[in-house]
Amino acid sequence: MELSYYPGCTLKTTARNFETTALAVLELFDMQARELPEWYCCGVNFSQVQDNLMLQLAPLRTLMRAKQTGSRQLLTLCAMCYNTLRRAQQFIGEDEARRATINDFMDHEGGDFTGDEVEIIDILTLLKQIGPDKLQARITRPVSLQVAPYYGCLLLRPRTVAIDDPNNPQIMENLLSAVGCQPVAYPFRTDCCASYQIVNEPQIVHSQTKKIVTSAVQHGAELLVVLCPLCHYNLDAVQAEIARAERTFKTVPVLYFTQLLALIFGLPAALNDFGTHRIDPVPTLKAKGLL
Amino acid sequence: MKKIGVFICHCGINIAGTVDVKGIAEKLKNYPGVVFIQDYKYMCSDPGQNLIREQIRELGLEAVVVAACSPTLHEATFRRAVESVGMNPYECEIANIREQCSWVHHDKTAATAKAEIIIKSVIEKARLDEDLAPVQVPITRRALVIGGGVAGMQAALNIANSGFEVLLVEKNPSIGGRMAQLSETFPTLDCSQCILTPKMVEVAQHPRIKLLTYSELTDVSGFVGNFRVTIRQKARYVDWQKCTGCGVCMEKCPVKVASEFDSQLANRRAIYTPFPQAVPNKPVLDRPHCTYFKTGKCQICKKLCPFDAIDYDQQDVVLTEEVGAIVVATGYDLYGLEHLPEYGAGNIPDVIDGLTFERILSASGPFSGEVRRPSDGKVPQEVVFIKCVGSRDPENHYPYCSKVCCMYTTKHAMLYKHRVPDGQAYVFYMDVRADGKGYEEFYQRAAEEDKVLYLRGKVAKMYRDNGKIIVCGYDTLSGKNVEIGADLVVLATAIRPAQGAVELAKLLKIQVDQHGFLTEAHPKLRPVESLTAGIFLAGCAQSPRDIPDTVAQAAGAASMVTTLFARECLYHEPITTGVNEELCSGCGICVAVCPYDARQLHREKHVVEVNEVLCEGCGACAAACPSGAAQQRNFKDAQLINMIKAILT
Amino acid sequence: MTAMTLLTKSEEINTMKPKIALNKKILQSAGATQVSEISGVNVFACYQCGNCSAACPAVEFMDLPPHQVIRLVQMGLTAELLKTNTPWICLACINCTVKCPRGVDIARVMEGLRSIFLRDKFEHINLNEIERRLREDLPQIALIANFRKNLQ
Repeated sequence: MELSYYPGCTLKTTARNFETTALAVLELFDMQARELPEWYCCGVNFSQVQDNLMLQLAPLRTLMRAKQTGSRQLLTLCAMCYNTLRRAQQFIGEDEARRATINDFMDHEGGDFTGDEVEIIDILTLLKQIGPDKLQARITRPVSLQVAPYYGCLLLRPRTVAIDDPNNPQIMENLLSAVGCQPVAYPFRTDCCASYQIVNEPQIVHSQTKKIVTSAVQHGAELLVVLCPLCHYNLDAVQAEIARAERTFKTVPVLYFTQLLALIFGLPAALNDFGTHRIDPVPTLKAKGLL
Repeated sequence: MKKIGVFICHCGINIAGTVDVKGIAEKLKNYPGVVFIQDYKYMCSDPGQNLIREQIRELGLEAVVVAACSPTLHEATFRRAVESVGMNPYECEIANIREQCSWVHHDKTAATAKAEIIIKSVIEKARLDEDLAPVQVPITRRALVIGGGVAGMQAALNIANSGFEVLLVEKNPSIGGRMAQLSETFPTLDCSQCILTPKMVEVAQHPRIKLLTYSELTDVSGFVGNFRVTIRQKARYVDWQKCTGCGVCMEKCPVKVASEFDSQLANRRAIYTPFPQAVPNKPVLDRPHCTYFKTGKCQICKKLCPFDAIDYDQQDVVLTEEVGAIVVATGYDLYGLEHLPEYGAGNIPDVIDGLTFERILSASGPFSGEVRRPSDGKVPQEVVFIKCVGSRDPENHYPYCSKVCCMYTTKHAMLYKHRVPDGQAYVFYMDVRADGKGYEEFYQRAAEEDKVLYLRGKVAKMYRDNGKIIVCGYDTLSGKNVEIGADLVVLATAIRPAQGAVELAKLLKIQVDQHGFLTEAHPKLRPVESLTAGIFLAGCAQSPRDIPDTVAQAAGAASMVTTLFARECLYHEPITTGVNEELCSGCGICVAVCPYDARQLHREKHVVEVNEVLCEGCGACAAACPSGAAQQRNFKDAQLINMIKAILT
Repeated sequence: MTAMTLLTKSEEINTMKPKIALNKKILQSAGATQVSEISGVNVFACYQCGNCSAACPAVEFMDLPPHQVIRLVQMGLTAELLKTNTPWICLACINCTVKCPRGVDIARVMEGLRSIFLRDKFEHINLNEIERRLREDLPQIALIANFRKNLQ
């Protein structure tokens, strides 16, 4: 099965591990994620103001390109891209006046934006659709591993784009169980990593990272899995900073969800550049027989 | 020619301000059949009515047309007036020149012309009117009360004490309802069962109350004064005539089932009474849990029963009864914790709802009145109470206020503090609604005397941590986020209609609102009647309320029933549609169009018959009948044709 | 690596007087209604339950908690709000909106406040003050998101 794939900027740079492993995992289930020939920055944040449609152009442009490829489904791995693309599609699609303004402005780029261009889908939903039986059948390195799923914000909020119940999501836990891991229950799995404040107000990120990691470790986590490049940075790099400042701080390696899956499914370890991780996951992975 | 008197009302300036009433009176002076026509300021007043009476006496009028406001307001008034001087009331007709003319038009000339046409058409109707007599309908002076909680019991007692027989149907094995589960009641802190059980016993012993527990209504037909109801008495596999309630079977039954009455905190047996003070105090055998019914083994209860009362072959009994009025008092359930994922979705054993806490507090409950928590039986030192859980939440749950939670949460906090004096109670609230007698004073006691800490704000999240439940809330009054490590959390969950209430409403053909609460006939002025004549409402089935309001409303519903029964008979409007058997060809079209099932084809005679009592005079059959055999009384085809002619010329 | 900290616990918060006068001119002024118009949110649905503040992960860093921001918008005190750090501390995690029982989109109101400031003053940060090492280390989305929030 073929579907379109929108990487977004970070998947090509600091989050390359996410892309390589995700695409390889999908290949195992006969899914070819074809990168869009033309794509643009999604804008990162969905602009929530009502009266400035200029700020919606970036995501819409990509969606219109996606529609032109003829594909009905558009996969995006980065949670921020997912959230922005979906909300932009809804925001413009639900209002005739907005649609008219946008189409008028973008008229030279061809194509009429209708609001149902493509079905934007995230990797977890895609894996859920593949189904636990097929996933289980692919296990090559069965592993006994306590994994703390970290959802972050943008896959679950607002409710209009949520892939699961924001108050009690289970999609990652179910997928982890399907591949033989033990999901760890801890209270901060949907708490914000503090996102872009890493630039200006890093103490907020430090506070959140410490809270999330401490709780996950307390509940027995040997690994933390994430779905967003910024969450990864905030939980990985900042964790390393905290550990340098506090010798007794217990760390836990942070992987993208598909990195874990790739290893369990027996895909080559070379898909990953573990050197980009600040908290080195290699010792844990080796100890568990995944490397 | 029939002598017709026409009286045109000014209604102050309501009509006369737009319609030239004097002008019309002048113009229609010589209209065929009109022997008297006059305008008057207020026809509905005593002098106005007297004017009509005088003219009937003096001129021997045979019909009267009053041109005035809508008939819904004063048709009855004027008909009574003409009846008092010997004229048949159905010879008095109303021409509506207010709501249908002066109140909706501004152009005086056009309005006057329209009013004239309206009056002429009604004169034509009156010309061919016949004397009619209302249909008398007998009343079965027996009441059915559905629901044996405090509302149902109160209604039943009031009706029975007025001298009428009552059938009280309750789906559970015992009456008592929710009040039987409560520990103490606010604001007096009376023991709930102590004040309730005398009522329960009174109901059981009342010579005019027939108590049917473990039973449900399965069918209803008929109409006010004449309902036929079918009740299924579920098989209890115990012969209650032989059973003395000794309790040996319950003691020895090996099967344990989580007790619904005790909110799953304790166990009952497969053969059980729900609580020790149950009425009737006879056990029922819960077939799905019984070993004998599942495997054919055991039979311990049968072997040990000294009175040979166990009967595994017992069948459901189906009864058909005739009643004249029905009171619906089906009560409430609490919104389930499974709907609240932010508070653990029911998976945290020490996060409980209000009824569960009542069972913990209750002296006859699973902990004999000691406050202990479900998970490990420890006495909680930090207890958090949260109000408005699922209520006042249009975005995610129910939009309405559940009314009683402010008071019962105060009560819970106080009772906890009385039993665990060095414990700490917190109440997260948004508002405090203490609107009854003594309620405000009661609430103040909790804060002042028992030092309950009231925190104004909601709780966003809670999670388990090391034997505690970490509650993350807010206090808007101090402006601080508040985190509490609670040992026990009690949620004041929303009150919603009891399960099965909506299906019962469908059966009874009464209305419910979008949440399943029964709809009253008028929210202000008719709070105990449903929109269906003869069916009345009481208690939380209609909307959340406390015990005094429930008892008062139940008494109100009972009073409506006895008022109904006090009449000699019911009267049904005679503007029904009959059948001219000579013209009727038995085509059956009218039977199909009748919305009230009032018409039936007689197989042998091959003509249609009408049940006058069911006919509501809608006229659908008269319109549909191809041969003119169906003529509506005082709305005959000839009358309607003449009215139309008068309007068009 | 460190980044400079901007505008935390603003000193200007002290200019918010405890006693104010209200009249319809203030409450119906363009300044008062601007937030609702830009964000499309009816703040009058809020009944001050505080759930948003209870749920906010960054509240301890804010001058005013989210529910009080909504309260001041209800009272037409937008000008005062623009002196606080709350809209800039906001993580845009949308937890507040999801928790609100009345469907008030608090996250949008915060964006509305930021917009009013930026449309007037254009910048809330100085780009040149972001350390080079930080720029090179961070995923691009962190920087872009930061710019979208803090620059017009």
